[in-house]
Amino acid sequence: MATSVNTERLEVLKTYKIYIGGQFPRTESGRYYVPLNKSGKKLGNLCLSSRKDLRDAIEIARNAQGSWSARAPFNRGQILYRMAEMLEGRKAQFIEELIAQDATRQQATREVNESIDRLIYYAGWADKYQQVISSVNAVSSAHFNFSIGEPMGVVGIIAPQSNSLLGLISVMAPVIAGGNTCVIVASYQKPLCSVTFAEVLNASDLPGGVVNILTGKPEELISWMADHLDVNAIIYCEKNQPTIQLIQEKAAGNLKRVLLYDAINWNTNEAQSPYYIQDTQEIKTTWHPIEKTGSGGSKY
Amino acid sequence: MAVKKSNNTLKLQFDTSRQYAPAPESASIASIKSRYELFINGAFVAPTEKKYFNTINPATESVLSSVAEAGKKDVDKAVVSARTALNKYWKKMPGKERAKYIFRIARMIQERAREFAVIETLDGGKPIRESRDFDVPTAANHFFYYAGWADKLEYAFPNRKVQALGVAGQIIPWNFPLLMAAWKIAPALATGNTVVLKPAESTPLTALKLAEIIQEADLPPGVVNIITGAGSTGAAIVQHPDINKIAFTGSTDVGKIIQRAIAGSSKKATLELGGKAANIIFEDAPLDQAVEGVINGIFFNQGHVCCAGSRLYVQESVYKIVLQKLKDRLETLIVGDPMDKNTDIGAINSKQQLETIQKYLQIGQKEGAEMYQSSCALPKKGFFCRPTLFTNVAQSSRIAQEEIFGPVLAIQTFRTEEEVIEKANNTPFGLSAGVWTDKGSKIFNMTSQLKAGVVWANTYNKFDPASPFGGYKESGFGREGGLHGLSAYVHLI
Amino acid sequence: MVSNQTIVIPDFRQTPRVDQVGIEERAARITKRSLKKETKLNGLLLALNMIDLTTLEGKDTQGKVKQLCYKAMHLHDSYPGLPTVAAVCVYPSMVKTAKTALGNSGIKVAAVATAFPSGQAPRDVKIRDTKFAVQEGADEIDMVISRGKFLEGEYHFVFDEIASIKEACGNARLKVILETGELGSYDKVRRASDIAMYAGADFIKTSTGKISPAATLPVTLVMLEAIRDFYYQTGKMIAMKPAGGISRSKLALHYLVMVKEILGDAWMNNEWFRFGASSLANDLLMQIVKEKTGVYQSKDYFSID
Repeated sequence: MATSVNTERLEVLKTYKIYIGGQFPRTESGRYYVPLNKSGKKLGNLCLSSRKDLRDAIEIARNAQGSWSARAPFNRGQILYRMAEMLEGRKAQFIEELIAQDATRQQATREVNESIDRLIYYAGWADKYQQVISSVNAVSSAHFNFSIGEPMGVVGIIAPQSNSLLGLISVMAPVIAGGNTCVIVASYQKPLCSVTFAEVLNASDLPGGVVNILTGKPEELISWMADHLDVNAIIYCEKNQPTIQLIQEKAAGNLKRVLLYDAINWNTNEAQSPYYIQDTQEIKTTWHPIEKTGSGGSKY
Repeated sequence: MAVKKSNNTLKLQFDTSRQYAPAPESASIASIKSRYELFINGAFVAPTEKKYFNTINPATESVLSSVAEAGKKDVDKAVVSARTALNKYWKKMPGKERAKYIFRIARMIQERAREFAVIETLDGGKPIRESRDFDVPTAANHFFYYAGWADKLEYAFPNRKVQALGVAGQIIPWNFPLLMAAWKIAPALATGNTVVLKPAESTPLTALKLAEIIQEADLPPGVVNIITGAGSTGAAIVQHPDINKIAFTGSTDVGKIIQRAIAGSSKKATLELGGKAANIIFEDAPLDQAVEGVINGIFFNQGHVCCAGSRLYVQESVYKIVLQKLKDRLETLIVGDPMDKNTDIGAINSKQQLETIQKYLQIGQKEGAEMYQSSCALPKKGFFCRPTLFTNVAQSSRIAQEEIFGPVLAIQTFRTEEEVIEKANNTPFGLSAGVWTDKGSKIFNMTSQLKAGVVWANTYNKFDPASPFGGYKESGFGREGGLHGLSAYVHLI
Repeated sequence: MVSNQTIVIPDFRQTPRVDQVGIEERAARITKRSLKKETKLNGLLLALNMIDLTTLEGKDTQGKVKQLCYKAMHLHDSYPGLPTVAAVCVYPSMVKTAKTALGNSGIKVAAVATAFPSGQAPRDVKIRDTKFAVQEGADEIDMVISRGKFLEGEYHFVFDEIASIKEACGNARLKVILETGELGSYDKVRRASDIAMYAGADFIKTSTGKISPAATLPVTLVMLEAIRDFYYQTGKMIAMKPAGGISRSKLALHYLVMVKEILGDAWMNNEWFRFGASSLANDLLMQIVKEKTGVYQSKDYFSID
């Protein structure tokens, strides 16, 4: 980013776009905002996503959901691992962006490392969580009965405002590991990594539409997201009480599941567990008769 | 050789000449008091405002008892008592001791099963065969199942410490009054919560009977409080600031109201709401069992079942024969006195519900669907409805989209697997579904693609304490039953 | 109504499937019917009238058969107005004896034929066996299917055999015994039922009584549903006979409820439904007398023949 008058070569500035359906469009609204860091430096011209961008993203996420959840869990795990590889390869860029967003080099390095590790953590879970959250239920009748997790569908995520990279990844990874697709509203003040991370996603064999990332004002988008009838669950990571109430009230329109991750320290292992995957899983229970002959006790 | 297939119009004769003689269960087995008070802090107490309402027998419209109406102050008393009991006894009690209390309740329900069955049938109108063979034993089993969890919770949540949420406010419906009380109370107690439970105003008696058992079982006072009343009592529970958890079973509309009402509070919620389940018959299904499954799916408990298979999809190649079998089966269903052991379909739970059902019968006919009802006679008194089939139903018909909560089946046909999956999922509800086919791989395709919390393959309307129950989408959230039912009542750290 | 109608023979490999758990649940549900007062009494009397009183032993003698026939006509003379049983069922060698003993009582003589109970004989032997019984005066023939051939998948063989026995029967009604206890699954019971009906059976019958399990409620239910489908398809009524293992009145009443609720009232008589049983009659009699007198009965008061 940093330029000075004395450079021999003019640096190419990055245009930060949003990420919808595997594409990098600008917001349809044409609006942008300029977040500043603490020292007042402009971070860039960021898209100020509109409710139409949100609507498009949700529609695309819905369309992508069936085939994403139908993929072999092993394959979802590989894609998450690929993300980690891509992130590792572009580590330096993320560190610089985090520093631009007021982190110290040490903090930034740590955040990027943990982000990579978190992706790997969930890459490993993709084909295992089912074994942890499912059950075979011993019912008293002649039926085989089992319960398994299934993705809720489309999950709306208001990413953590502070840990703009690690927080986003920590919330996103369990959602997609479990076969959901998502629409993420990135950190408003610290949006750079989210857009760059979208580039990582795009290079990770992740099908378009599984993760969609918007930049902009959460307060402009939350209400639309919470109202939207084709969003199955919504994750909110801040402690803003009026917003929580707003989300919960509006979620009632289609009985969205509301998850509040407002007291999680993203830098610790507390922020990762299969329980987060389970949070966006529905439990489906299936019954089927068991034919029993001979000593099985049939009346035949 | 001339090949002429006969048309499927032959009908079996089920004449009235061989009706079964009345086989009534004795009502005298049940002792019903003329008045019931509120069960708060281990004692039966009069409501602050001294208001009472009547509960009637929907089969005869006669008054069974007068029941206290809990006002705001009573709700507060119940919550205070639950909170005190939580801190004073329940929180400190080791899991294995909690377990023994719950086991004791299970046993006492079993001991008084017949009395419970009779009261359930008198108060709610469901056939005695169902309350005797299903509601009451399943309720006892539910307590039995969850009792065993109370000292084993660490195995349910690996790597986590389990904490009770606190005081649970539980509001239950009128379709399975005792069973729903068991579904709510048993897991709450097993996980160390205390309870304020409100049964539905049209069916409060078995819950009050359960209160008597809880009193006899010497459960510490206040651990379970059972208060009666209507919607306003429920609202007072939902809005009470010292309740940590709301568990509600009922309509989707009220579920949404509750979700809005507790928005911004720290209350956790499980909502088990409406449904419009698809029951799907493929041409390769065991058809006679499928037909029986359809009958159980929609006429069990007069169709007052949130997971009722109220939308039937039949593959076109077997539509004619399935319909013929259904109509003949319909004729053998006995509608009438719920206390008669031979009754298959009892009374509609309330006048209001009967009116709702009748409204839908009219809507269905107006929409151009063809209505078919069994020819059975209905009792002159009480609220009754003939089992009803609608054919020529379109996906866009209201009778195919809205929950009727009565013995009314909307029948549609389909041609391909893909088509029926799309139609079955084409609803805001997602509680349950049924699939009938003899082909294993097709079952797995169907069961994985149907968006529903419970999928019955080659069976329908089966329930078990060990089996999680609950919906997708607007059918609510959270699960009841099984290991997964514990999650609704714990905080993990 | 359909006498001139051509019946299409289905592919028996494609017969409808039966879900074991489902059929047993349905059968259990039928047993939940509670029969009281006149319904119960009428049911007991009807059951009595549906019995094929049976003796099928190597040690059968004319003396034994005569006694049985007397019992068939005089079930319990101290209680007037009782119906008789429907038929007496014996080996072909005893047909003449039975026919003479029963005279013009209206009670039918049924003979087991076709190398009963195993059916392991050449077809011409079976046909001769059948013809002999008919010539001796049998009104009804109870044949056994070739279970070995059936289990080998030789459905045409089984079909043709039944058809040829039917031809040999002349005017006698043909009961086809599936021996369900040897077939191994409800699916196979259903398939054998279909083969028998399409091949010309007048009755389908569960068992010889020589193999356990014999008749059960779910097996009977499968067969009744097959009869119902056959009726829907062809308009032709087929009769049903569960045999073996039905010795208690309560169980007999469950069977009647099943017939009523699956096939309807047209089948509720001894032309269309029979019990193959020997000891059931006395238990029914004891219950009938109890219903009338209000006093629980003892076996000592009912003749054993």
